[in-house]
Amino acid sequence: MSNLVDLVVNNPLLLAEAALNGLLLGGVLALLALGLNLIFGVLDVVWIVYVDLSMLCMYLIYFTVQVYGWPLLLGALAGIALGVVLGLAVHLLIITPILNSPPVNQLLATGGLLFFIQSLATFLWTTDHRTVRLSLPTIEFAGMFVSFARLIAFALAVLVMIGLYLFLTRTYIGTAIRAVSQDRGAMALMGANPQRVYLVTSAVGGMLAGVAAALLIIQYSVHPFFGAAFGPITFMICVLGGLGNMVGAFVASFIMSEIIAIGGVAWSTEMGYVIAFALFIVLMFIRPGGIFAKRQ
Amino acid sequence: MTKRAVALAVLVAVALLPFVPMGGMQQYVFHVVIQIFIWSFIGNAWSLMGRFGLVSLGHGAFLGVGAYTTTLLWNFYGLSPWLGMVAAVAAAVAVALVVAYPCSRFGIVGHYFGLVTLAMGEVIRLLLIAERDWTGGSLGLTLKAAGDASFLAIQYTDKRVFFYGTFVVWLLGLWIWHRLDRSMARAAMEAIGEDETAAASVGIHVSRFKLGITALSAALTALGGVLYAQYIAYVNPETLAGVGVSLRIVFAVVLGGMYSLLGPTVGTALTISLSEYLRVKFGVHYIGMAETIYGLLLVIFIIFLPSGIYGSLRGLFTRRRPQSVAVRPA
Repeated sequence: MSNLVDLVVNNPLLLAEAALNGLLLGGVLALLALGLNLIFGVLDVVWIVYVDLSMLCMYLIYFTVQVYGWPLLLGALAGIALGVVLGLAVHLLIITPILNSPPVNQLLATGGLLFFIQSLATFLWTTDHRTVRLSLPTIEFAGMFVSFARLIAFALAVLVMIGLYLFLTRTYIGTAIRAVSQDRGAMALMGANPQRVYLVTSAVGGMLAGVAAALLIIQYSVHPFFGAAFGPITFMICVLGGLGNMVGAFVASFIMSEIIAIGGVAWSTEMGYVIAFALFIVLMFIRPGGIFAKRQ
Repeated sequence: MTKRAVALAVLVAVALLPFVPMGGMQQYVFHVVIQIFIWSFIGNAWSLMGRFGLVSLGHGAFLGVGAYTTTLLWNFYGLSPWLGMVAAVAAAVAVALVVAYPCSRFGIVGHYFGLVTLAMGEVIRLLLIAERDWTGGSLGLTLKAAGDASFLAIQYTDKRVFFYGTFVVWLLGLWIWHRLDRSMARAAMEAIGEDETAAASVGIHVSRFKLGITALSAALTALGGVLYAQYIAYVNPETLAGVGVSLRIVFAVVLGGMYSLLGPTVGTALTISLSEYLRVKFGVHYIGMAETIYGLLLVIFIIFLPSGIYGSLRGLFTRRRPQSVAVRPA
């Protein structure tokens, strides 16, 4: 605790800068958590592999932009397209055959895929860290330094989330998706086709992984263990926000990213994560249905 | 009676393995078999919980707590691992209860239980890395050497000692599994796994059974962690805590089949032999290739043999205990 107090007293600017960076990271984390939340809520399957799909999209963007010289926007679109394809592939090839198996088997099948993707990336591209170099300036704001890339990523993440919200509330298929996540059995009785809803959900989930990849690659370098670094925290956010609760996931991602950012400057990066995970465990006990769940 | 005869024959064969002349291969065979014994024991410990729907994705936490407790006590205070083992088991049980009690109290089951335990494993792994002054961080820690053969330090360069030692521990694990399988606790736990409220309504003390089984599983897992650390004489947060190792344990057990006595052993033997074979085959030339094939095979196995290899094989031969054992929602 003393570190934190010390920071508040002696270096409030550093703390504010960390808080601001946490906020900006939260936007992208929220995007990942929303994609996972959608799949988790509708299919009731935990895609342990989710962030690793995002990592593959990051690699694609890296190669198209940095190696083949595509413009970033085109590379990002390719990454998003790959996300959609991967989302559909995971659903059709892995989840569909075992949709009625025990949940632990579904979880482990995607876990096996995680091992596969992680090792394949190591095999193909070695453990080098790869970065898309952008000559974006760093902005000084009231004595704090904020990277412009993070600012853009945050703004775009918020825009995509608004788009997702409109899709889920204003379109027929979006309404069907929400209905399935509330009651799978009743949805089929109403004459909707669950298979189609599953497919669309997986595609949208994959697409969000692709968008997140495009926003992550301009801030972080990609390496085969990128998924392992961001995966667990994404699950925690997803559950903390509550299943199918978009606002909850949004708020939870900011809580988590702030803890990680501030814990990171006060102690160490690992301690930031330790506090975040410990808080997750505690919050799960207090509010098992997510931070915004209605008390029963 | 034939079953007993087969079991006896297998035991004798294993016990006589060190006397089979294998030339230069012997050390390597020992190494693989010792690992199979240790990880089967750990898988067995996991399945004590897993078969009743308490699917933990954080057993790495107990491994890490166990292995690091004895290693740190030995390295810094010179405390014999025999005593350190007691501390390690106590620490792991304490961690298990701290997490499991609220889980049971607030009714956290299924996916949520999995994710809470996953977070627990990550907390332990990250703490081990963060406390790098003590634990050596992600570089790990080597056990202080105590000569070629030291009973007090449980360090032996002769692999035969560990071979017999881990063999006995593995049998102990099977015996505990068997005892539990024959006890009232099993019936109670199965009822709880099916429907907690219904179980409570017929007078089963839900929390007591859940905590008991969790503590037992954590204690045995910690013991396995200690054993592994003593054998390898090196501890590392990545190999002994966190998501990776936790998932590996679950993989092996589910692959073998978690509802049968020998399921975890079959699964572990298979995954370890497979990864060893792939490692030897591809070696250092194609880094990652072995793991890639391993991951792919895991996915294929889980899709096509959902009740595990041993479970599926047994299902083919015996029709007495059909699907109800194999397919059960967690």
